[in-house]
Amino acid sequence: MNYLKLITTALVSLLLLTACNEEGKLSLNERSIIYCAEGSPETFNPQLVTSGTTIDATSNQLYNRLIAYQGDENILSPALAKSWHVTADGKKITFYLRKNVAFHNTDYFTPSRMLNADDVIFSFKRALDTDHPYHLVSGGNYPFFQDAGLSDLIDNIEKINDYTIRFHLTHPDNSFLANLATDFAIVLSAEYAEQLTMQEAKSDIDTHPIGTGPFKLKEYRVGSLIRFYRHNQYWQEPAKIEQLVFDITPSNTGRLTKLLAKECDVVAYPIAHEKITQRKDLSLEAITALNVGYFGFNVNKAPFDNELVRQAISYAINKETLLEAVYQGKAEMANSILPKTSWAFDESIPEQEFNPELAESLLTLAGYSEGFTMDLWAMPIQRPYNPNAITMAKLIQSDLKKINIKVNIISYEWNTFLQRLKQGEHQSFLLGWSADHPDPDNFFTPILSCSATKTGSNTTFWCNKEYDAIIKRALRTTNINQRKKYYAQAMAIIKKEVPLIPIAHSKRYQARGNNVIGEILAPFGGINFYQVAKRNLTKKKSLDTHSPQGIKSNIMNTGEN
Amino acid sequence: MFVFTLRRLSLFLFTMLLLTLLSFSVNFLFPGEAIINLTGAINATPSQLAELNDAYQTHRNFFIQYFAYLGHIINGDLGLSMASQSDISTEIVNLLPATIELSLVALFIAMLVGIPLGFIAAIKHNKATDNLILSVSMLGYSIPVFWLGLLAILTFSINLGWFPSAGQISLLFEIELVTGIQFIDILLSDSPYKWQAFSDASAHIILPACVIAVAPATIFIRLARTSMIEVLETSYIRAASAKGLTFKQIIFRHAIRNALIKIIRHVGLQFANLVTIAMVTEVIFSWPGIGRWLIESIYQRDYTAIESGLLVLSCFIFIVHILTDFIYAALNPLARGNKYGT
Repeated sequence: MNYLKLITTALVSLLLLTACNEEGKLSLNERSIIYCAEGSPETFNPQLVTSGTTIDATSNQLYNRLIAYQGDENILSPALAKSWHVTADGKKITFYLRKNVAFHNTDYFTPSRMLNADDVIFSFKRALDTDHPYHLVSGGNYPFFQDAGLSDLIDNIEKINDYTIRFHLTHPDNSFLANLATDFAIVLSAEYAEQLTMQEAKSDIDTHPIGTGPFKLKEYRVGSLIRFYRHNQYWQEPAKIEQLVFDITPSNTGRLTKLLAKECDVVAYPIAHEKITQRKDLSLEAITALNVGYFGFNVNKAPFDNELVRQAISYAINKETLLEAVYQGKAEMANSILPKTSWAFDESIPEQEFNPELAESLLTLAGYSEGFTMDLWAMPIQRPYNPNAITMAKLIQSDLKKINIKVNIISYEWNTFLQRLKQGEHQSFLLGWSADHPDPDNFFTPILSCSATKTGSNTTFWCNKEYDAIIKRALRTTNINQRKKYYAQAMAIIKKEVPLIPIAHSKRYQARGNNVIGEILAPFGGINFYQVAKRNLTKKKSLDTHSPQGIKSNIMNTGEN
Repeated sequence: MFVFTLRRLSLFLFTMLLLTLLSFSVNFLFPGEAIINLTGAINATPSQLAELNDAYQTHRNFFIQYFAYLGHIINGDLGLSMASQSDISTEIVNLLPATIELSLVALFIAMLVGIPLGFIAAIKHNKATDNLILSVSMLGYSIPVFWLGLLAILTFSINLGWFPSAGQISLLFEIELVTGIQFIDILLSDSPYKWQAFSDASAHIILPACVIAVAPATIFIRLARTSMIEVLETSYIRAASAKGLTFKQIIFRHAIRNALIKIIRHVGLQFANLVTIAMVTEVIFSWPGIGRWLIESIYQRDYTAIESGLLVLSCFIFIVHILTDFIYAALNPLARGNKYGT
């Protein structure tokens, strides 16, 4: 009998412990956020990548930029630079740095000074100057800096004094400031780099990061978790939560289970949206990301060198079916390459008409009344702008069959696919583009400009001198209404010549418990946990009745101006 | 007792020899070069490979190769994981305790539930209670564990929200790895949230441990029932009852003790079964144990990890087996004289 008593006592005390735990755990739980991420970051330095998973885990958590976007209108605002000045010719840009910016103090590095001009120069020189001692550390690839052509644009970076630096540009460029505000143009610590050089552990700069951001890295277990602590000496008010944990859960159902079982506070790319919206304690958020999925033509190859054929195909494709079947209604139909949420979007651009009869007559006009056979290259992997290119290709195949065009679907492994596209081996292809910053130029130049045919980001090989002149003029104009007019002209040219058929602007989804407050998602770039906090559970009960149900759409950038 | 110990030790040695021989020969059966399967050194340079060939005596005959291999195992060198290129023995040392912890808790639950239920069934032999307990145990035994695990997550984690569905402890708690047994590490840690961590870890272990416990519990029910029925039919029980002892006294003073002894012998056997179930359950509950690691290694065709993992796991089960034999022998003097082993 004594055993029985002992066991009962043990069980009861265990139960009691669990009971007090609810009270006690709250304290730690309330001050922390667990984010279920979809994958592991490749590195902790966003300069080196363009992968969204890495950007999410690093940019806004660990680092700051000289300038940042702020508010719903995405106005450029001061960050590490408290102010800046652009000369009248647009070729000299001076940044005045803040004086009280502290770097992370971690187990592996103790900063002895605040941020100054050396850190900024170090960070940019590392990416731009091929002779820089840190340039080749971790591979020497800085895709964003290379794609944006920053090394040609930036002639020199001059240190005026400890807190003033000046960028000398080779020519004025309106998107330069926007590029500096992207997730890639972060500021590293030069002092840390010196320490690593002495320790002969240069590559640690990208695996054991030191930045100025609101969180510092505490622990990283590959494929398992990333633990961040709050950076208490942050130059702004410190973050509201003390601990941020990225629980790396690649499985879709695993993330859903953890969300439903309340093991994750916030979940990336959730599935089963209906199930989440049914639950009163969870909410689903969607944000129209600045991206576009499109169907492009190689205008160097027959029959797509003929404008009429391209127009015919644009009339023959039922975009609504594509949106329904491929994006499951989670995307907006694209009228042009620029998303409707951008300020530069021209409302007068008409929606693409679905008209197979017109398509057929256009084909006859082009001399293809008998139809023809074409190759369609479909991406092998899932991307935010196109979750299932193969399905989309099959739907397009059946649409085009009705106007006597036979479509062969072709797919290669992702890197081979991109490589062969760059070499122009294709006839037509399905691809997309995610913006790095909200400046409209980020769509017009990389996707369709003449210069982009050379770097390989414009795989339609469409090169229109008039279009190029317009977008260049737009970049040199500061008057926003004038720029908007230029971009409207550019969109009209795309609409007429159809080098590509824009299909959809997809949404990015995220689910969270209702006790988590603060914005995390942004329409472009990575997520940001700086403003996030947990609502007290006791308060939550009274607030619950007002909490939004169903999909809360946070469409920023509504394009009033 | 001395002879008994010697006998167990020699059994252990010979079984280990056979096991290592098996795991050694498996290297030749896996696809690829035996030396690479053995060491996991897939990225070795020719000079490193020559060194390894030398260390494992691959140019000599099979027996010398085998003894070279044994030498490495005894020194704790199990090679590198082909998938992650990390040292397998370190990985096993980190992962095995989590499995042991989970299995022990499950075993405890299985015994705590199974044995009393079995006794009740035996006492109510051939009555409705007996039939009910037997049918429930049949049901419990037939349910596949992966299905039960998913069902448990669906019910208790998602719908009721009582228990967490994955992992060993909430990621918020930072517990330093000392022994690998989470509960001991928590008690050793100087975290200010020690007790919260402890109860969080308890909440995490309950669901997987119960799922694992179902099948062994049903076996314990049947074992306890049979042995109790046997005990109740013995003459000393009848004598006790003739002496005028109440039924309660007979059960608690005489029957339970004698019936328990027979069950303990089977605990070791059941433990092997339990570890197998635990391996599947670890995958479902994302438990960071050796089972999940082993199954992932199988997916990744990581032959070095599969071979070493199996060797360690079977060695561990065998040790448990011998330990229970010792406990049995300590409790039951009759068993020490048993000449034919088990």
